[in-house]
Amino acid sequence: MNTLNSKIPEGQLSEKWTKYKASQKLVNPANKRKIDVIVVGTGLAGSSAAASLGALGFNVKIFCISDSPRRAHSIAAQGGINAAKNYQNDGDSVDRLFYDTIKGGDYRAREANVYRLAEVSNSIIDQCVAQGVPFARDYAGMLDNRSFGGAQVSRTFYAKGQTGQQLLLGAYSALSKEIKAGTVKMYERREMMDLVVVDGRARGIITRNLQTGEIERWAGHAVVIATGGYGNVYYLSTNAMNCNASAAVQCYHKGAFFANPCYVQIHPTCIPVKGEYQSKLTLMSESLRNDGRIWVPKKKEDAQAIREGKLKPTEIAEEDRDYYLERRYPAFGNLVPRDIASRAAKERCDAGYGVGATGFAVYLDFKSAIERLGKDKVEERYGNLFQMYEEIVAVNPYENPMMIYPAVHYTMGGLWVDYELQTTIPGLFAAGEANFSDHGANRLGASALMQGLADGYFVLPYTMQNYLSDQIYVSKISTETEEFANAEKSVREKLEKIMAIKGEKTVDSLQRELGHIMWEYVGMGRNRENLQKAIPMLENLKKEFWSNVRVTGDLTSLNPELEKAARLADHIELAQIMAKDALQREESCGGHFREEYVTEEGEAKRNDQDFMFVGVWEYKGKDQEPVMHKEDLKYEFINVQQRNYK
Amino acid sequence: MDFTLKIWRQENRKAKGRFETYKISNISPDCSFLEMLDILNESLVNKLSHPVCFDNDCREGICGMCGMYINGHPHGPDKGVTTCQLYMRKFTDGETITIEPWRARPFPIIRDLIVDRTALDKIIQEGGYVSATTGGVPDGNAILISKHKADEAMDSASCIGCGACVAACKNASAMLFVSAKVSQLALLPQGKPEAAIRVQNMVAKMDDLGFGNCTNTYACEAECPKQIKRSNIARMNREFICAKVASEESTKR
Repeated sequence: MNTLNSKIPEGQLSEKWTKYKASQKLVNPANKRKIDVIVVGTGLAGSSAAASLGALGFNVKIFCISDSPRRAHSIAAQGGINAAKNYQNDGDSVDRLFYDTIKGGDYRAREANVYRLAEVSNSIIDQCVAQGVPFARDYAGMLDNRSFGGAQVSRTFYAKGQTGQQLLLGAYSALSKEIKAGTVKMYERREMMDLVVVDGRARGIITRNLQTGEIERWAGHAVVIATGGYGNVYYLSTNAMNCNASAAVQCYHKGAFFANPCYVQIHPTCIPVKGEYQSKLTLMSESLRNDGRIWVPKKKEDAQAIREGKLKPTEIAEEDRDYYLERRYPAFGNLVPRDIASRAAKERCDAGYGVGATGFAVYLDFKSAIERLGKDKVEERYGNLFQMYEEIVAVNPYENPMMIYPAVHYTMGGLWVDYELQTTIPGLFAAGEANFSDHGANRLGASALMQGLADGYFVLPYTMQNYLSDQIYVSKISTETEEFANAEKSVREKLEKIMAIKGEKTVDSLQRELGHIMWEYVGMGRNRENLQKAIPMLENLKKEFWSNVRVTGDLTSLNPELEKAARLADHIELAQIMAKDALQREESCGGHFREEYVTEEGEAKRNDQDFMFVGVWEYKGKDQEPVMHKEDLKYEFINVQQRNYK
Repeated sequence: MDFTLKIWRQENRKAKGRFETYKISNISPDCSFLEMLDILNESLVNKLSHPVCFDNDCREGICGMCGMYINGHPHGPDKGVTTCQLYMRKFTDGETITIEPWRARPFPIIRDLIVDRTALDKIIQEGGYVSATTGGVPDGNAILISKHKADEAMDSASCIGCGACVAACKNASAMLFVSAKVSQLALLPQGKPEAAIRVQNMVAKMDDLGFGNCTNTYACEAECPKQIKRSNIARMNREFICAKVASEESTKR
């Protein structure tokens, strides 16, 4: 039986990482060449980890679901990346970044991990600048900053509205350099189908070559999962079409515990849903909240008239507008954390003040910013975002307020990892959004890029060596063993089974059903009754899938329907523990909002007495109930408070 | 809205391809081009046929994964957008829309509208980077970069690697793609030490992979969804000539 040992080093918070690095075990250069490391996923975390491990001299294989690492969804992050540089002299520090992140996560993250994240944040910026990432600069030639939700300092570095793109291209360039050097081998259009565990250790993976349908075996001394989050369980989300949680679910099935599956971030500023045909939601960067003001009409009749198309937002007088975030949270105003901004939008829309044809939208208005800064300055800051908005909605945001509504964006839960980012399976590591470690119950803006790169550039290259130091005695892992053969066989059987169903329902229609259940019953506002309804609904959907899905094409060629079907099967599994986790967590914290647990003012009410723990789920086998373990969170250095942004 | 779609279907690299015609109706003008193809595909699956395969991922115009010839234009008739950002309101009701894959020798067809663009990655691997390994780098503000230069580098770095420039070019030249990366790194002080080696190696690889040369028609610039400027090509040519004439450095790393 696995016990949860988070392996947090002893000592003062600010000394833990330094001490760890000073005492960890190393692998000498001659031995590094003999050690094989498998990295799955080529986003910020995967590319940076593979590049760094390759540069150290390990033999790295990296697997990419697309044709190129540059497609990974890290590329779509717009706003920026946090670091505690304090270039602005506005009182920032590692301690303050640490504090903001812990508080932003609603005191549900591990202190030691978050402190390390804040500590390495500055190195990330230096690293990216050295790679030629064209961060925005001021007229003196120095790096520029902007502010972001949940912070009162300007610590966010950015490259226009394309920060994720530039950071990913930086990591991709570092990876390309290692590919050229021969330390990293790249395998594109491959999807991980199973994890291979030998004698209790992660020793390899099974992939499907998406071009040819071939099932392939790969062996290594350690495996890194950097495959992102599970937002697509909701069908409509800001995630890319290929984002999926299959790799993480396979690891969960093979014995890796899954932490806090119920923590999902709903991003407040997305373009509202339009119709049934919609395939994804588009995010408008949180940076827009720096200068944009969020409002709905004060009068219900105005909102009604707008919905019916009888009134334009520009016709509503200043005094008839309710800038509800500024009203409710004067200290942070439009820059409250994402979970709070999302719920406030939902509250106004549910109360009948929503705008747009559906009533599920609020305004994000740049009128006063344009008056204050001029159109040119606004264009310089947000030009590409405004252009994107206009392309999608066909409305000019310089003249009319934008319409936004919350949408699923990021998942804080993920594979449980210890301080070394190692899962409960020795030799299996998880990095970036795929792990649960740093964001607690809610992630602050511009922290995902920071965490992905922290894990890949500055954490795994150290902690993995500690694990690999005794692996030098293990000779090359063979793929010709029973464990590999069994894993390959189970993959083949699963795919053959899906193909053999030949039912009535398309994968897309079942995916939409899953999304509907999750959004309605395990979405932004949750309650016991709905969660209890969701659980049997998901069980039925699972049965429906395995008896009635229709997949055309064959197993031995490029077949997108089959790819989607296999992912959907895993997403249903994950949805089940998401609902169960949401049901057991009888409190409201961060992105997890239980309608039964609110303060008198309608704010989320945490229950530190009973729920200051990580909910860690263990798979017990097909048709068996999973078991939840608890990792108690101990706050030794920070004073736990009710979150207050007023 | 109703449309007639003429779509290129080809089972694999070696199979013989052909155009197939499909009718599609009741499409909302707010539907994106790829969502329109999703609707078509769902109806094909319902009829037990193989859906039309096309690459796509982020569907917000930044990953560069999608790309097809639509009515003779890479990414379709709209300016400055990728296929995923193209909306059906840009077409007229009843229109016949012809959809083809990128056609360029270095981009072999994988299936239907999907082509293999790994050649672009191979060019990057020849030097589209600064050889900085993790750690041991100076503070981000240690080297000042003028705002103007940083902004210009950012414009070049906006390339999404979709391959539309290659597809648009009658010579299948990758000059716009390669020059965007060469420019970004040549403009920044961090890229300077390796600039001469970089441009020579990347150009050599581009030629080696079968991409054509530039004959200054600028179709690439006209069709680029990110509006990467042709001045990048001029800068690359200058870098290349200077490197050839002045540099005594070896191109070997």
